[in-house]
Amino acid sequence: MTSAIKDRTAIVGIGQTAFGKGLADSELSLACQAISMAIDDAGLRPADVDGLVMFSMENGREVEVARNVGLGAITYFGEIGYGGGAGCATVGHAAMAVATGQCRVAVAWRARKRSAKGSRPWAQVSQRLGGYQQWTRPFGLLRPVDEIAMLARRYMHEFGATREHLANVALAFRKHANRNPRATMYQKPLTRADYLAARWISEPLCLFDNCLETDGALAVVIVSAERARDLKQRPAYVHAFAQSIPQQCQVMTYYFCDEPLLGPSYACARLLWSASDFQPADVRVAQLYDAFSPLIPLSLEGYGFCQRGEGAAFTDGGALEWPDGRLPTNTSGGGMSEAYVHGFNLVLEGVRQIRGTSTCQVDGAECSLVTSGEGVPTSALLLRR
Amino acid sequence: MDPDFLLPDLEDEDAGPFWQGTARGELLVQACSGCGRRRMPPRPMCPTCRSLEHSWHALSGRGTIWSFVIAHPPLLPAYQALAPYNVITVTLDEDPGLRLVGNLVARPDGPINEVDPATIRIGAPVRVVFQRIGDISLPRWMLEESRQSAVGSRQ
Repeated sequence: MTSAIKDRTAIVGIGQTAFGKGLADSELSLACQAISMAIDDAGLRPADVDGLVMFSMENGREVEVARNVGLGAITYFGEIGYGGGAGCATVGHAAMAVATGQCRVAVAWRARKRSAKGSRPWAQVSQRLGGYQQWTRPFGLLRPVDEIAMLARRYMHEFGATREHLANVALAFRKHANRNPRATMYQKPLTRADYLAARWISEPLCLFDNCLETDGALAVVIVSAERARDLKQRPAYVHAFAQSIPQQCQVMTYYFCDEPLLGPSYACARLLWSASDFQPADVRVAQLYDAFSPLIPLSLEGYGFCQRGEGAAFTDGGALEWPDGRLPTNTSGGGMSEAYVHGFNLVLEGVRQIRGTSTCQVDGAECSLVTSGEGVPTSALLLRR
Repeated sequence: MDPDFLLPDLEDEDAGPFWQGTARGELLVQACSGCGRRRMPPRPMCPTCRSLEHSWHALSGRGTIWSFVIAHPPLLPAYQALAPYNVITVTLDEDPGLRLVGNLVARPDGPINEVDPATIRIGAPVRVVFQRIGDISLPRWMLEESRQSAVGSRQ
């Protein structure tokens, strides 16, 4: 299949605030700071920006961002839903808008504070539920971790996965964060004994199977490939982009279908690889969405790094660990050990791997895979040098 | 029962008849009038034949445990008071494509934290019971010991 957007655009600027808990600045302020840094990183001016794509869950609106940062007249703007599934899609929509001429300099971003209204939807549900929540919440399946734990238990039962496999994931990402000065878990080691002794959150998942809770913001700037060649940074070309809502999808509670373990990543991967010059065997570094550790084996299978049911065993022998693993994954620490900003930090780390500036740099990586939320309508990006 | 449990809306456009059914002690699912397929959760259109017509069919209320979790804090207050408690997903006997989320209880009116988590097994046969909370009856599930050997290998 020929893709109309293949290598037509590139990420040329990245920006991020510090990560923390209880940051004083508002989500709007954090968004504006990250966007401003990304514009500077690209060597562009705010007035050059004429495209905006954001998460629909974003609290700062496009008009506010544009008025604060002093952006130019905006000719393309859009929003992507479904929380953690949206990260790669905001970049992909920006790339499509630039490739089709609807705008020339697009910004995509995510700003999030755990204390902000709307940041923890599970804790704010009204008492009379309609829609999909009425089939799970009344019974105490309340939080995202409960919803994924249900899938994780079934996965472990069907394929013989164990907590040792989930520990492989948590420990690999922690090791990467230990090298990353920006990471929440910089220089804070985690041992297998720590993992196995941790308190339960939703059995079979413990504390360290969960992502962090983080305040912070990140942004990227996307321009055409032609323009990218004249800018400051080595371009990370948007080689392939895909989204998916799998058949009979239900948000986070994808149980009400024939094959709940064939999640959104399978459908997303089909388009991604068919639009790409690279195949899974060519990929030497990946940023896989990790709100919860069991999403990693599911994504390894969905994106074709192994067969169905082999994702847990894939993590053995340090396979996810930099520098010697077969697929160093979440090389900044990911959502579990760098920061959880709805997976947008994975996009920036994917760009750093192309630039050669990661604190766990994979030498000579020609392409860099980034994925968004498994368990929700999702998206993925394949960047290339 | 704590009044702060999250409860469904009896008047929900699509699901109202399901909750009206549980209040009568019936487990109902939509069945398409065009192609006959059952579907859960309820919705206006059949994804197989696109018919807008359906009726509600009573199921036997028997199934097997497809998966389960044991929830620990932090939780919403009404639930945290019961933690750790179980939540199970049940595959219904009539149609393996139909699943419901609920809780395993030791008695028809027992709490959701009474069954020893170490005894819960994927594949275990269960049958539905109904527990009243305010104006809503929630389906819960009890182990069906007599069917253990019959379906034990199916999982």
